[in-house]
Amino acid sequence: MKFRLAYTKLGKVRFLGHRDVARLWERTLRKAEIPVAMSTGFTPRSRISFGLALPTGAESLIELLDITVDRVQGRAVSEAPDLGKWRERIDEALPSGFAVTYVGEVAAGDVSLQESVTASSWILLIDHPDVERAVDALRASESALLERERKGEMQCDDIRPGILEIGIARAEHLDSVVDVWPGDPLRSGSATAISAVLTTSGRGIRPTELVQALIPGDEPWDHLTRVLRTQQWIEKDGQRIDVLSDSVARPQVCA
Amino acid sequence: MSSLWPRLEPLLARVRKPGRYIGCEDGVVEPRHGRDTVSWLLAYPDVYEVGLPNQGLQILYEILNERADAAAERTYAPWVDLEALMRQQAIPLFSVDTHRPAGEFDVFAFNLSSELVYTNVLNMIDLAGFAVHARRRSPEDPLVIIGGHAAFNPEPMSDFIDAAVLGEGEEVIGEITEVVRDWKASGRTEGSRSGVLRELARIPGVYVPSLYEVVYESGSSRSVSTTPPRGPIRDIRPLHSDVPETVTKRTVSDLGQWDYPRRPLVPLTEVVHDRLAVEVFRGCTRGCRFCQAGMITRPVRERPADQVRSMVSRGLRRSGYNEVSLTSFSTADFSGIEDVVSALVPDPTACGAPTISLPSLRVDAFTVGLAAKVASGRRSGLTFAPEAGTWRLRTVINKLITEEDLYGAVESAFASGWSRAKLYFLTGLPTETDVDTEGIVDLAAGCVAIGRRYTSRASVTVSVGGFVPKAHTPFQWFGQNSVEELGRKIRLVRDAASRAKGVNVKWHDPAASLAEGIASRGDRRIGAVIERVWREGGVFQEWSEFFDVTRWRDAMAAEGLSPDDYVTRHRHEDDVLPWSHLSAGLHQDFLWQDWQAALHEFGLEDCRWTPCYDCGVCTGDGLEHIVASPIPPAGGSQGTGQDLNRVGPVPVDVRVARVAP
Repeated sequence: MKFRLAYTKLGKVRFLGHRDVARLWERTLRKAEIPVAMSTGFTPRSRISFGLALPTGAESLIELLDITVDRVQGRAVSEAPDLGKWRERIDEALPSGFAVTYVGEVAAGDVSLQESVTASSWILLIDHPDVERAVDALRASESALLERERKGEMQCDDIRPGILEIGIARAEHLDSVVDVWPGDPLRSGSATAISAVLTTSGRGIRPTELVQALIPGDEPWDHLTRVLRTQQWIEKDGQRIDVLSDSVARPQVCA
Repeated sequence: MSSLWPRLEPLLARVRKPGRYIGCEDGVVEPRHGRDTVSWLLAYPDVYEVGLPNQGLQILYEILNERADAAAERTYAPWVDLEALMRQQAIPLFSVDTHRPAGEFDVFAFNLSSELVYTNVLNMIDLAGFAVHARRRSPEDPLVIIGGHAAFNPEPMSDFIDAAVLGEGEEVIGEITEVVRDWKASGRTEGSRSGVLRELARIPGVYVPSLYEVVYESGSSRSVSTTPPRGPIRDIRPLHSDVPETVTKRTVSDLGQWDYPRRPLVPLTEVVHDRLAVEVFRGCTRGCRFCQAGMITRPVRERPADQVRSMVSRGLRRSGYNEVSLTSFSTADFSGIEDVVSALVPDPTACGAPTISLPSLRVDAFTVGLAAKVASGRRSGLTFAPEAGTWRLRTVINKLITEEDLYGAVESAFASGWSRAKLYFLTGLPTETDVDTEGIVDLAAGCVAIGRRYTSRASVTVSVGGFVPKAHTPFQWFGQNSVEELGRKIRLVRDAASRAKGVNVKWHDPAASLAEGIASRGDRRIGAVIERVWREGGVFQEWSEFFDVTRWRDAMAAEGLSPDDYVTRHRHEDDVLPWSHLSAGLHQDFLWQDWQAALHEFGLEDCRWTPCYDCGVCTGDGLEHIVASPIPPAGGSQGTGQDLNRVGPVPVDVRVARVAP
């Protein structure tokens, strides 16, 4: 049986890298005594598949992982595990900053997380006097060339097609952020909240690359005070739908 | 209580591996700071990944936080990228627990595991924002205390520290807390710093360098003079009658009473030993003469096997780790090893059973059998430490491994499915000749030949390090090989290995051995050298990308000191060694006799299972070995029941001729 978990990564733990988070999950699921299946072979590993990597330093309201649970070995899982209990035990085992928001069964034939998610929504707090003008300019332009180093060579890409939406964040965007960033970085500082939807398939666009496109030449983290992933999207029948809304029919618990 | 987090936070996305600065580990406790509690900042002067797994620091962290009158937090050396940003924005060193400024703690305590971290200690004190020189500190500044193996000769650090602790910290840390608590309660008035240091000096195992004077040939260190003292040390004596003439190390008599860490710290980011560690015994009496760790941690004290089992199962459940390391200097010697391992060995039908790792393996077939029992998954490489290339030289250093032991171990390893072995060797050992040095490759080639009978992929990696004599060992009188000579010997090994199929060689930079040699047997005059190296940018000296021996040579020259005098010179029996007022419990007579025995190629058996030869540790401290079994472990090599009379003539004379003054 395969299950999908959604969780948040907020606050100090945003400085953990993707690999660290993967290791953390292996320990957490063992502590929570979730009977995760092991791969076979010389070095058996827990069968956990992680979703899109979240850049180190970025926070998220929705991170995803799929686990395969074993029916056979040692601690057999019952036909219908109590997902509410799982969630409690996992939350208990997670360090603060991480919290489970969803546990649900995944249908056997579903594609992997990595392949299915096509875009993410972000809120970026950018501290720069010209940022609003830059956002308007970027929205109006048809291309945004960005140089990056890949395998030791400089290459130039147009990242504009990957920026699916961009704008100054509106009130409804910010509702979800108020609890996440206590002390209200939105109002206290001089930063401007930008909302964006960035593609994750093909040439995926990182939030820091968006900042580079807006404020060329500077180190993105010199201006990017906070950045938060708020949603992950999949495509269905040409429509963008929330990654978790597709599985409502199956057993699940939500926050 | 101020937190530096808001100022630090904007910097972290710009530095490498920011996860190491956030704290939040599993197992941390909320520190309760207050006017009645002594706040300790436990520091490891290397990066977080190296420092976090340190068991000594974790044990003290937990013991202190259990006390009502203490609160402990931790700090590690920030990497150079963050340090640059901190200095630029005037952000001082902070604790990783609550990001409190280091300068706000009462005690700033460093765990030193090697001499090459000394410059990092200075850097961290400076980054904390108070004077690196102890004598310039004000009452409100923290007390700087060092402990750990590289604090057994604290003389080179005496300018910078308020006190050093010799030996194990479990008990003494409480006694220090009580003294500092009273000092804090008294208001830490002007001038009171010397009073608290005087009090600390009365605690057994605590050494306060400022309460001792060193007399050199040219005069006392305390005489007012613009020229630095010259010539050998004539005497080291306490300045007051209530200050002990000799400071002796502390030793916990029963490890079973200290089942720490009970709440092991589990980092959120990857560290060097990323697994549960359970210490099965402390101390070592194998008696390897080059080994400071073995000499200074005597006697052997085993943890009861039941306690090991419960610490393992509790630790695994708490941490979520699926790997446990049973630590000690030679875990196969643990009386309960087979019981403990049998109880833990993965049941192949169950998922998620823990992996067991056994570091520091003895060299014999029994041990390999044990390793085979616990090894899961791919058997890539096993590591052994014969340390020297010939039996003759191994009797000199008392690493009593016969060729049969090694070949038996290697045969057993290849037969059990391993395809690679790693062999550790030292070069530059007393009486070593080129026959011994090239013997390293002969041994390795012999191992490859055995391995090829099992797999065509068999290979052996030889790791060669230059020997640096250490304080409180029988080799403390030995003149270290020069950088050139170590380099020559390493080349000999490499040349010989290039002709031997399947033998690879790795080696340590002999230049780093020079710096280590300066610091490890240095006296107080070396303090100025360490300070110069640090001021010239010489931090992270264990990291080859930051090490440059020129800084050390230049600093020695600038202070008018000769590296030969400190490093390559053989010491005479009546030399006053810089640490002669400090004791690891070993009689000076015993050490000298053992040094003479070494020069006569006379091996000494392990005293756990043979009569006591009175090294001084047990008798002096009212201690005993605590070993659950009265008989040596099965298949035990290294000085248990071996024929030790198989040596030839001594090829090298290292006795020192007295030079007329």
